Amino acid sequence: MGAVGVAGVAWPLIDQLNPDASVLALASIRFDIAPIVEGSSVTILWRGLPVFIRHRTEAEIEEARAVPMADLKDPQRDEDRVVEGHDQWLIMIANCTHLGCVPVGEAGDFDGWFCPCHGSHYDTSGRIRRGPAPANLVVPPYEFISDTVVQIG
Amino acid sequence: MAQHSGSYTPGTGIERWLDERLPIIRFSKEHLMDFPTPRNINYWWTFGAILAFMLVVQIITGIILVMHYTPNVDLAFASIEHIRRDVNYGRVIQGAHAVGASMFFAAVYIHIFRGLYYGSYKAPREVIWMLGVILFILMMATAFMGYVLPWGQMSLWGATVITGIFSALPIIGEPIQTLLLGGFSVANPTLNRFFSLHYLIPFIIAAVVVLHIWALHVPGNNNPTGVEVKDSRDTLAFHPYFTMKDLYAIVVFMIPFAWFVFFAPDILGHPDNYIPGNPQVTPAHIVPEWYLLPFYTMLRAIDFNVLFIDSKLGGVIVMFGSLLILFALPWLDSSKVRSGTFRPLFKPFFWLFAVNFVALAYLGAQPAEGIYVMLAKICTFYYFAYFLIILPILGRIETPAPLPTSISESVLGESKSKA
Repeated sequence: MGAVGVAGVAWPLIDQLNPDASVLALASIRFDIAPIVEGSSVTILWRGLPVFIRHRTEAEIEEARAVPMADLKDPQRDEDRVVEGHDQWLIMIANCTHLGCVPVGEAGDFDGWFCPCHGSHYDTSGRIRRGPAPANLVVPPYEFISDTVVQIG
Repeated sequence: MAQHSGSYTPGTGIERWLDERLPIIRFSKEHLMDFPTPRNINYWWTFGAILAFMLVVQIITGIILVMHYTPNVDLAFASIEHIRRDVNYGRVIQGAHAVGASMFFAAVYIHIFRGLYYGSYKAPREVIWMLGVILFILMMATAFMGYVLPWGQMSLWGATVITGIFSALPIIGEPIQTLLLGGFSVANPTLNRFFSLHYLIPFIIAAVVVLHIWALHVPGNNNPTGVEVKDSRDTLAFHPYFTMKDLYAIVVFMIPFAWFVFFAPDILGHPDNYIPGNPQVTPAHIVPEWYLLPFYTMLRAIDFNVLFIDSKLGGVIVMFGSLLILFALPWLDSSKVRSGTFRPLFKPFFWLFAVNFVALAYLGAQPAEGIYVMLAKICTFYYFAYFLIILPILGRIETPAPLPTSISESVLGESKSKA
């Protein structure tokens, strides 16, 4: 009984550390992608996290899809990382899966991203190819509201 | 030693009245003035007093800075500039606090290595040593959180990388990271709680320092011979002999401290931290402050998977292990002889350990590529081997040099040979 009482008092003191209502209120955003021309990308903020939105070229998509699964550290098809019919749009959380730095775009040995902190290379699908990062760049939950507006979260 | 003479006799009626109710003057006289201290302790022993002085400097300058600082992501960077440019003497006070952190760590490393060389961690001083390790860890936590407060690029991304360490834990890692950050990235809630803790922990440090000194005053100081105090000829009163010596050491220590504060307050920092924190761009090289580099190197050195432990978790285990292993040191060192002076085999391994530690710091500031990766692994291996292999074995195979029978003999022996 006493332990339950102590735990009941302790929990609010711990839980206050968790994301508050104002942080969670930013959990979903809409963004107009029409101005992003092919071959360029923007970085926006979602829940305080940087998010890459890249308008890929045909060559980049082909390059990503030509990679054999055996070459991948965290195997995932490019088709599974984009929305069908919007294959040119690659949307990913821009934090390296190693320790959270923001990788540099159009860099590295695989024409994708390169993290300057500890040297992780990502390909044109944002998949980890070389370096200490354990996983591919994370694709956040998102959907296309129209052809030019995407809702993230 | 146990020879607390109880030499205090209250001189006046008021003192006698107070002594019967709160014997604080008696306590002070016994522990701050009459305390018997080995007469042969050298200048390496003054760093305890230097550290106490630095803690006071950091708390005083810190409390003043809080009067002008604003813990908010939009205002923090500007408020530091406000302190440095607008506040009267703010440039000096902020400089003293920032440089003070480095001086604090310089002193604590000397203090720790003095303990390692002279075997101050051995029985009956294990608890003093363990409290010291706790103090060291608390200092690192405080310094890390303090470095986040100016909210420059290194503040933000250093905090991102270090809190990212927690995400290496399986299953519970990500929820713990979110809990620590108060969000999904290092942001305003993170800054606020780090500020709160940065203000709190120094007072916890002060409390543990009291325990550290309390534990010290049970067996008394170790000394360069490692031979225990045997009688009153081996000791001198703490005051005035060692109060004056410590004070002199503090004054000398303040010369480089003052030089940094007045002439190069930013030289120990990183230029990237003069760019306001930007969550969309990471600096090209993330480097922690110099005093955390050896441990950062050990974190990065593990870039390979071991069984089911992936490289990220492995690095975290090694980094925390490098600190936790210090708690076990009193039981890992098998030699009965305390002082390294009388241990011919121990000496080269000790100095190699010291050089190795500096090398770890150097490697932490280099990019993790090429030859540096292999060197980091070798240095990390030696760090652990020193505690886990070398010290346990040395005590069993080593023939120590003859020890002096007492401290006074070793002191008189020296003066005879000089004459």
